[in-house]
Amino acid sequence: MKKINTFFYCIGQGIKSIFRNKLFSLASIATIAACLFLFGLFYSIVMNFQHIVKTAEEGVSVTVFFNEGTSEERMREIESIINERDEVRETNFVSADEAWESFRGIYLEGYEDGFTENPIPNSANIEIYLSDVSLQSSLVTYLESIPDVRTVRRSEVTATTLTGVNVLIGYVSIGIIGILLAVSIFLISNTVTIGISVRKEEISIMKYVGATDFFVRSPFVIEGMLIGLVGALIPLGIIKFLYEYLIAYIAERFTAISGLLNFLSTQEIFKDLVPVSLGIGVGIGFLGSITTVRKHLRV
Amino acid sequence: MARRKKQLPETTAIIELDNVTKVYQTGSPALNGVSISIERGEFVFIVGDSGSGKSTLIKLLLRELTATSGTVRVMGTDLARLRHRKIPKFRRNLGVVFQDFRLLKDRNVYENVAFAQRIVETPNYEIKKNVPSILATVGLAGKYKAKPKQLSGGEQQRVALARALVNNPTILLADEPTGNLDPKNSWEIMKLLEEINDMGTTVVVVTHNREIVNAMQKRVITMKKGVVVSDEEMGVYIDEED
Repeated sequence: MKKINTFFYCIGQGIKSIFRNKLFSLASIATIAACLFLFGLFYSIVMNFQHIVKTAEEGVSVTVFFNEGTSEERMREIESIINERDEVRETNFVSADEAWESFRGIYLEGYEDGFTENPIPNSANIEIYLSDVSLQSSLVTYLESIPDVRTVRRSEVTATTLTGVNVLIGYVSIGIIGILLAVSIFLISNTVTIGISVRKEEISIMKYVGATDFFVRSPFVIEGMLIGLVGALIPLGIIKFLYEYLIAYIAERFTAISGLLNFLSTQEIFKDLVPVSLGIGVGIGFLGSITTVRKHLRV
Repeated sequence: MARRKKQLPETTAIIELDNVTKVYQTGSPALNGVSISIERGEFVFIVGDSGSGKSTLIKLLLRELTATSGTVRVMGTDLARLRHRKIPKFRRNLGVVFQDFRLLKDRNVYENVAFAQRIVETPNYEIKKNVPSILATVGLAGKYKAKPKQLSGGEQQRVALARALVNNPTILLADEPTGNLDPKNSWEIMKLLEEINDMGTTVVVVTHNREIVNAMQKRVITMKKGVVVSDEEMGVYIDEED
């Protein structure tokens, strides 16, 4: 019972302490919020960029055409062999008739009556969508080595560009997120440290009266964690509001490009952003306060 | 003052320093071969000019510092052997009063005193009884809601005294308790200390206040440059030039 009383007393003191030291609490919350807002903002941009590039990659395909006289069974057999390869995400078999139907619909609308037979009997093909566009050239080499394959069509420039952009985004985002994280951790722990250091007299008084390290430390740790929690929740709220507003705005105002820009949903962004932001805020609040108080406990 | 005397095991001295030397990392020894013995229930003044080693002595008794050599025993405990995690429990037997009061500025009088009780996990219903009682004892019954900055120096020292006494300590250490007070308040604090001593608490007062030391006719230990130069029952304040 005594321990429970002490536990609730420490929690109560931690909460009261936030209000007693309003200026420090506000400064800490503002620092944490500003750092995590920048982090969240950049994270959302990078994730969407990667998503857009990935969506573009998924549209890149390689088309395989066959030698004259290759049976449909053989073509289906080749398709199933191709389908088992790691770099292949999806295949789509297009028979000669389907190819002609598609061509006619697109290019000969209104003039197709002049054709009684399929004029492109060797147009049966397999469309191959890749799981990773950077593996296109190795797949093409393999496809060209298959007997009965006449030609393989692909867009080398698109594949190379997308691969390059993806790698670049990967490096840049790792770099910037890393720097932002380091700056956030430094700034937040510094603010927490300064806030506690000015209260070292309070710590020494507690120690003189006979308080244990746990009793002295607990309110500070709870205070640090709560400040971290509030400091993390504020930017998350702002980012959620801004993100949803911006997506709706772009979809409404830029209808021409909205089909190209396939944004991630708020849930997809927040799935990782919430635990990371809360982890940084609460974690640094916890570690910053526990290490700083420890310095002043040797009284 | 309705305070309960603590039952202690019968030992010869409650505070015992045996040939204690304290040398800081820089400079000459702050204490040099000091030997003092204080019996349970005594009232002792420790006097001396700045640099005489009085504050170092108090810090050794609080186990804020450890002696470079020699033995410091308080209530039978050799403080050199006291582990860090055992210090809080040890300090709960000591009441401490400082010249600068050292109150928690953001808490009111009641909370400052109650804090000492919360540390020893006193139940709330007891705290609610004990704190008003001890505040009445030191003459602050009506001021429990005031913050330290709303109080005079004398009142702040009374709060510090109430905090030191609320856990019924065996020893009360007062480091220049009248240093920031006018003569009237100084006398009132000293009278309170005397009453506390009459209840059985051992009181050790470090002071510069010649008038009080000479008037109170208690044991006086005089220190100079880290050495005990005089230790007399019903002593007087000895000047440096004496």
